[in-house]
Amino acid sequence: MPVSRLPARTSPLTERDNPMADVVRVTDLVKTYYLESVTVQALRGVSLTVEEGDFVALMGPSGSGKSTLLNQLGCLDRPTSGHYYLGDEDVSQMDDDQLSEIRSRFLGFIFQSYNLLPQYTVVENVEIPLLYQGIKLTERTREWCIHLATLVGLGDRLDHRPMQLSGGQQQRVAIARALVNNPHVILADEPTGNLDSRTSDEIMERLQQLNNTGKTIIMVTHENDIASWGKRVIRMRDGHIETDERNQHRTIGKALANDGVNFNGFSQLPVNV
Amino acid sequence: MYLLLYLVLGLLLLAGIFVPLLYWDKGRRSLILAIRSLWLHKMRAFLSVLGIIIGTGAVIALMAFGEGSMQEALNDIRKLGATNIIVRSRRPPENSATAGRSRVAVYGLTKADYHRFAVLQEGGTVTRMVPMRDFKQEMRRYHLMYTGRAVGTTEDYAAVNDLPMALGRFLLHEDRSNVVVLGSQVANALFPFENPLGKDLRIGQSPYTVVGVLKSRSAVGDSGGQEMEDYNNDVYIPLDACNEHFGSTITNRQAGSFQREQVQLSQVTLTVSDIDKVRTTGEWIKAILSTHEKADWSVSVPLDKLEAAEREKGRFMILMGMIAGISLVVGGIGIMNIMLATVTERTREIGIRRALGAKRRDITMQFLIEAVVQTTIGGVLGVMIGLTIVFIMPPIFEFWSAHLPAKVHVPSIFLSLIVAVAVGVGFGLYPAYRAAMLDPIEALRHE
Repeated sequence: MPVSRLPARTSPLTERDNPMADVVRVTDLVKTYYLESVTVQALRGVSLTVEEGDFVALMGPSGSGKSTLLNQLGCLDRPTSGHYYLGDEDVSQMDDDQLSEIRSRFLGFIFQSYNLLPQYTVVENVEIPLLYQGIKLTERTREWCIHLATLVGLGDRLDHRPMQLSGGQQQRVAIARALVNNPHVILADEPTGNLDSRTSDEIMERLQQLNNTGKTIIMVTHENDIASWGKRVIRMRDGHIETDERNQHRTIGKALANDGVNFNGFSQLPVNV
Repeated sequence: MYLLLYLVLGLLLLAGIFVPLLYWDKGRRSLILAIRSLWLHKMRAFLSVLGIIIGTGAVIALMAFGEGSMQEALNDIRKLGATNIIVRSRRPPENSATAGRSRVAVYGLTKADYHRFAVLQEGGTVTRMVPMRDFKQEMRRYHLMYTGRAVGTTEDYAAVNDLPMALGRFLLHEDRSNVVVLGSQVANALFPFENPLGKDLRIGQSPYTVVGVLKSRSAVGDSGGQEMEDYNNDVYIPLDACNEHFGSTITNRQAGSFQREQVQLSQVTLTVSDIDKVRTTGEWIKAILSTHEKADWSVSVPLDKLEAAEREKGRFMILMGMIAGISLVVGGIGIMNIMLATVTERTREIGIRRALGAKRRDITMQFLIEAVVQTTIGGVLGVMIGLTIVFIMPPIFEFWSAHLPAKVHVPSIFLSLIVAVAVGVGFGLYPAYRAAMLDPIEALRHE
């Protein structure tokens, strides 16, 4: 069953008049979990807009609802009430199949524990979102995946399995995988949580470069160092947004900034692959 | 030869299932993944499909042995002739009050009966009637003696009973003189060093000239309880000569007592023109013979036995099928068990796939394909093991001088392969459904 409201291959963004408008718009989002005898209000009415090209760091202590919000934004779950517009689509009313389709077409995920499939090689891992998007895997899509793997610096490890890679390398595979469908939003859940500080910086620089090419990134973290890479820092507490401010002291990557890696490739995904 | 053809057909069947999968990206990925993860856990995979392997192997082997022995029984009955009706004289139950040692027992078919049967032949339903009279008799050649069965009969007897000649000819209708055809064993006993053709021997008190010798032939028996007929001990003489020389009364000497019998014809074999008329003709014959005072005759219709045997075969096959079904269900439960464990083990993978855009039905298909791949491999292995058993066991039994007929029952190969695939689908469905219904967030959090 195709997503009826989404004509194939057109994004919620392309037909809009203002290309720099909000890519994510959340209004009064409530998420309540009903456990056995306890009712947990994870989100108590969150409203938020994210512009295209923004780099948001979502912070807060554990239990503040930041992970729940990220799951909502990642279309992994539906809100108890409220609305979530991705582009112009109200995805909060979609069913499971439609949400799956949204995830495969318009979202990229980066997880704390990389979440690569151990049985697959680097290239095969990168290919997965295309597979579920229903794109026929051809030489051309394979070239695209190899291109992405090369961009994140893994051009010489295309046929390695995740077990043969270091944590930083695995996370770079995950970045390539998050880019393969040319997503509108990249959602990162503590992308550096399992990495040492040097590797963390490297990963963050790559994300920053991605952001420089126009990718919208929403990242959950509880480390101030990491959050300082974002253009905008949102702090949450008890299911509410506590503060939401522009980051005045942004960390800017140095080492990779001018090393000639061209991330413009990400915006050149042949949409009709 | 046919076996090879059927193997090719079986492989085509499997190709028919799996080749379309290869042309479908997700299917191919799932297939490759399934084979990879099976290879990763070789021992576990083997143990989990062991039930299927044993199930299909047992089906193939049991069906083959069942088919083999059934086939043999049917062939034995066919040798009696499906269009034949065999009418025999039967010694009626002894009435103790009248039973005397010196009394002559008179019973059985008479020449009058034979002539009444001839009416059927005139009507055209019966194409051939072979009268026969047999009794134990001593055969002598100089000092050599052999006790065998003397059979007085006519030319057609050889055709009806399928007796091939080794030397000379069988009896002819024109034979009026004392000619004899020997069974192979008799010929060996009485003419150990010479060609018996044209030589003389004595049967009872009369001299006979040998005109033919039969080929040795294995004894024919059947599962219907008819006694074995061993044609190798027989000598065949013209019925007229038999009546002339031995008279109507035969004396059997048994352990110090005489038993005198008067039987005109021991057996009449009638061949019916059309297999559909066999049963009605049998009824007519029974009607004709019902005028006898005593129940001193029996009518046996091989066709009845043939059909009974075929019905029995059908029942047997159903039984085998049920055993097979049970073993495959047990095998299926093994598969389900291991698939449920696999789903739990790979919960995180399911979560990752869901996050990256896999729909519920993609997950279902993935695990279903994995289950089907397992059961199909199990089925193929089972067929191979079953066929190996079928080809190995009969020679082993032969070695222990036992007889185990085996004939590969071809439909059972297809059937068990199809059932193996179906078991994969049937028992893979629930674990696959469980996998698909996992909440992506929960699944991602799973360690």
